[in-house]
Amino acid sequence: MPKKPFLSHGRWLPHPLMTLMLIIIWLLLVNTLSFGHIILGTLLGAAIPWFTNRFWPERPWIARPVLLFRFFFGIFLRDILVANLNVVRLILQPDISQLQPGFIAVPLDITDQMVICILASVISLTPGTVSAEVTLDRRVLIVHGLDIPDEKAAVQAIKTRYEVPLKEIFSC
Amino acid sequence: MVVVEFVVSFFLILGAFFALTGSIGLYRMTDFFSRLHGPTKSTTLGVGGMALASAVYFSFQGNGISLHEVLITLFLFITAPVSAHFMAKAARHQRMHENKAALPPGCEKKTGPHV
Amino acid sequence: MLTIAVIIAFALITMAQVLNLHRLFTGPSLPDRILALDNMYIDAIALFILVGIHFSTTAYFEAALMIAVMGFISTVATSKYLTRGDILE
Repeated sequence: MPKKPFLSHGRWLPHPLMTLMLIIIWLLLVNTLSFGHIILGTLLGAAIPWFTNRFWPERPWIARPVLLFRFFFGIFLRDILVANLNVVRLILQPDISQLQPGFIAVPLDITDQMVICILASVISLTPGTVSAEVTLDRRVLIVHGLDIPDEKAAVQAIKTRYEVPLKEIFSC
Repeated sequence: MVVVEFVVSFFLILGAFFALTGSIGLYRMTDFFSRLHGPTKSTTLGVGGMALASAVYFSFQGNGISLHEVLITLFLFITAPVSAHFMAKAARHQRMHENKAALPPGCEKKTGPHV
Repeated sequence: MLTIAVIIAFALITMAQVLNLHRLFTGPSLPDRILALDNMYIDAIALFILVGIHFSTTAYFEAALMIAVMGFISTVATSKYLTRGDILE
């Protein structure tokens, strides 16, 4: 093991972050903060990752959690709002024949499956692009853009804005 | 109370407007991949915002804080890119991104199992 | 004020549903129809939220959550069926 993981994972608690998320989701679902439900949520949060452990064979380590928070609450949320205003402007403009939709191929530097999945989801939710397909060898992500006048600039924007931070966060 | 009502009304109308924009995109655009953009982004943000407005509204009803509508927002934002990816994959599998007119007649029947 | 806002939101979402229905019936290909159905599911969640605010009850929350889950699963299942000709391999 080259680096220490963010949270150590033992045999009885294989996915600590997932346990925490399950407890929070359970408390939100029952909509109370009573002591009994906290205990029940903790039991569920411990049992479900243990039973489904075989389905999560590998996952990336979060090497820089602070950077993760800064990425998601700084860049990501702001870009979702900007993306939506952008898409609204594109959709409601009177002449939609001026749009230049097209596919762009983004070569990937990331090799981890999970991080590619996160990158594809982030691309789908942010300005004017929807990720359409990953090639079979996981080297190229095919992205559809609603209005792409310049392909190279769009590829560069995706790579510098989303892929580089994600690569840094998950250290792969 | 008036402030809460104003905030809830504002977010409800804004969210409904975004949802309507997504559907207008679905209605207006000319090919499938352009149609995919409206529902993925605008509708998700619109309905997610309406769920948040509902959480604010029920939190100020006097029965304590009620945050379970946040789950709907969370779920929508997690699932929207995934389902968009699946639909784009299905469409690409049916060769919808290639120009049908350029193919010789008879070719489009071989593209997918159930076109 | 809230009553009027809810009514306006109802009108907007209903218009959105009509546009979705148009795409569902006239969509030239099957993925278009799947997309329209997916959008209708999400707009139905919005309608449930609005009904909950209108009657000031949280009883519709579970229904909205169930529709979110079922809509996602059915979208994925139909898309996968179109892609592979099979859902579970």
